[in-house]
Amino acid sequence: MEDPMAAIRETFFQECEEQLAELESGLIAMENGTAEAETVNAVFRAVHSMKGGAGIFSLDALVRFAHVFETALDKVRSGELVASPHVVGVFLRAADVLADVVRAARDGGQVDEARTSAMVVEFAQIEDGGGVAKAAEPGAPAPGETLADTPAQIGGWEILFTPRPELYAKANETAIILRELKRLGPISVELDASRLPELHELDPEGAYLTWRIWLEAACAEEEIRHVFEFVEDDCVLSLTPRGGEVLAPAGFAPGTVITGDNGFKFEFFPPVAEDEAEPSPEPEPEPEPEPEPVAARAVAQIVPPRPREEPVHEAPKSPAVEAMAAKAEAGAAVSATIRVDLDRVDRMIDLVGELVINEAMLSQRVLEAGINRASGVAMALEELEHLTREIQDSVMAIRAQPVRSVFQRMPRLVREVAAQTGKQVKLLMEGEGTEVDKTVIERIADPLTHMIRNAIDHGLEPTEARLAAGKSVEGTVKLTALHRSGRIVLEVADDGGGINRARVKQKAIENGVISPDAQLSDDEIDNLIFLPGFSTAAKVSDISGRGVGMDVVRQSVAALGGRISISSKPGVGSVFTLSLPLTLAVLDGMVVSAKGHTLIIPLGAIVETLKPRGQDVFPLDRDMNVLALRGGYVPMVDVALALGYSEAPIEPEQSVALLVEGEGGVRAVLLVDAIHGQRQVVIKSLEANYRAVPGIAAATVMGDGRVALILDVDAVVKTARSEARGAELTLDAN
Amino acid sequence: MESSAQTEKPSDKGNRELIAFRVGKQEFCINVMMVREIRGWTAATALPRAPRYVKGVINLRGAVLPIVDLAVRLGLPGSEPTARNVIIVVQVAQKQVGLLVDAVSDILTASDGNIQPSPDVCSDLVKSFVKGLLPVDGRMISLITLDNVLPAAELEVA
Repeated sequence: MEDPMAAIRETFFQECEEQLAELESGLIAMENGTAEAETVNAVFRAVHSMKGGAGIFSLDALVRFAHVFETALDKVRSGELVASPHVVGVFLRAADVLADVVRAARDGGQVDEARTSAMVVEFAQIEDGGGVAKAAEPGAPAPGETLADTPAQIGGWEILFTPRPELYAKANETAIILRELKRLGPISVELDASRLPELHELDPEGAYLTWRIWLEAACAEEEIRHVFEFVEDDCVLSLTPRGGEVLAPAGFAPGTVITGDNGFKFEFFPPVAEDEAEPSPEPEPEPEPEPEPVAARAVAQIVPPRPREEPVHEAPKSPAVEAMAAKAEAGAAVSATIRVDLDRVDRMIDLVGELVINEAMLSQRVLEAGINRASGVAMALEELEHLTREIQDSVMAIRAQPVRSVFQRMPRLVREVAAQTGKQVKLLMEGEGTEVDKTVIERIADPLTHMIRNAIDHGLEPTEARLAAGKSVEGTVKLTALHRSGRIVLEVADDGGGINRARVKQKAIENGVISPDAQLSDDEIDNLIFLPGFSTAAKVSDISGRGVGMDVVRQSVAALGGRISISSKPGVGSVFTLSLPLTLAVLDGMVVSAKGHTLIIPLGAIVETLKPRGQDVFPLDRDMNVLALRGGYVPMVDVALALGYSEAPIEPEQSVALLVEGEGGVRAVLLVDAIHGQRQVVIKSLEANYRAVPGIAAATVMGDGRVALILDVDAVVKTARSEARGAELTLDAN
Repeated sequence: MESSAQTEKPSDKGNRELIAFRVGKQEFCINVMMVREIRGWTAATALPRAPRYVKGVINLRGAVLPIVDLAVRLGLPGSEPTARNVIIVVQVAQKQVGLLVDAVSDILTASDGNIQPSPDVCSDLVKSFVKGLLPVDGRMISLITLDNVLPAAELEVA
């Protein structure tokens, strides 16, 4: 019995993550001033939904904190509190705390009470701040402010309560609700039975009655809603404050019908028109709510008011119900998404991969059969090829996700690191909508986190240094994502001091990475920071200065088939550029052959291809030759020899050489018999049915249906080197 | 497990169906439940530094399937496979493996009583595979286990 609940709980926490992301992006929009009218509502709803869900699972800590947060947000929404930069800043930090509280609830961890209570105090302060101004002039609400749920302004409420059949079907009793209402204050009730049909037309399970209740109590709206808590979704409920000076904007008669929405609690929007629920200096009444925005929102909606005399429901299908139906339809049009098990998508991707291979095989067979290219068969096959490519793209697109989910974590990171380092940092982000495969997204989060930390901690100068350099106090870190020639490129740019090349070089000499008299270009010095055990910071901080920084980033990027590079200008800043394949399911590779074996070399590792000349090859020792290449010497690796395909080394002059760059920027020249071209291959695991093979990263299926192996460049180069070193050692021993 | 092969009796009770095949001059059989499919020989892609009995890998509808030359694995003289050879695709634990054999010869039903223990005198290699002997119409068919047909999972340190 626990399983279904666990699944629901899981879904709740997934949704929480989405809500948190929404919350943060909304708050950031408010901070940047790019907030739209809807933003504050979206932010409020995000917190509110989390609170609602948390209530179901009795996550009290989460409910409590979300409630306080929500209350403060509601004040902004109602215009009581101005969303000043300070207030939004508090909200942003509150969002971070809320995220922690959610995760603590999910993982059963402990909530840091000190942080939440500190946050609650901050809320109280900003709310007070907002309230003081108001208290000073209670009679003169600022223009556009709606005080519908400020009890002090309300003399009483007029409640229209129209149960739907479901209410009765769930064995609710209207009399009890009326009795509960009476506890709030004196009530007078009027039954509107005008819709009650003739007996022969009466549906015994139908609902035809409407109660109009006048409640003479200055209670808060929530108190009334509380009475209707269990029936809200099954009735049409309207609450109109009376007696106060609350008047809807011109053209907007008092009396609003609020309809419930499946799945979400009732929300009372003050009787400002739908799209103006956010405080704005000059409310422009909009009597006709637009269907789209309503549909996009999963909360309540306000149906245009109607004359008081007219019963709300003149027909069995009330306008409210119609509106709901319209809303449901529009909702389907706006964001119809489904949650699908990732395994199913992966299975489909596998199958489509097969389809592509099969299609290629078929084409080859048709070609072999000598069928004319202009024949119907060949033409149809071409169609098929287009279709399969399209299917492959579409299926890949299912897995593709915008990098937004990773980017959204960065503002928080920046705030935290900025606070730790005492620097002022502005984060700019661009291209959050850039799509990339889900596995890639999951695995770029860590390197990206590290790069941003590094940019703030090491890239940006301390405040004094910035001022001295005539820069603004606030440093800028810019995170950009874009597609470039079939890869995703992520850039982390800072406007800091750039790489201190003198210090980097000195450190490298100290660490024995380079010899003291080494002549390095600026570029080469910059790239030293990717070497293991290198930290450029003058003092080691606990943020990114552990010396395991950039080489770890480089390695994890390389593991994804990516590359990282840096360009830096002294005094202007540094740009780290990360280039990754869009998916891990396919790989761009160079098809080569070595001793009759077809191999794929990942294109990402290849720097260039060349034809070695005999006079450029020099033996270094028994098993290792080096190739003179533009003034440097690069070790040569005979691929057939390295993989044990052949015993005799290939004649360098008979071979084709590929200059490759492996992990840590290690360069080597791979010798093969021939290069057959470049193609995209579907990556297949060798481990699934066999085991890992040294020197081989994975396998793939070629157009002729045969398996080809994908070379693990790093392993091959490393093995060749260690073997050569072994030979050297034996020589020394002799 | 292999060391106690001489005393070990097949653990399954009652009748079972076995598939018999020829490798060189000998006949072997395995439980038919392990067999996923039987297909003709297709050229395999050699794997670097693989044991001699691993012929390489082939594409089985998108999965990469290792091919074990059963003759070599069992210590018999191997030969270059031809189009007449057969690959029996079997499921061993979580993995699928293709067994290269000369031909599938028979489907048999045998009970535990029919299966005789293999004699003490055979080599360790035989002992690690042969679990019993089955006399059928004057022929001798060895019941083999496939638990060790693939090389051990640990990586050869290069």
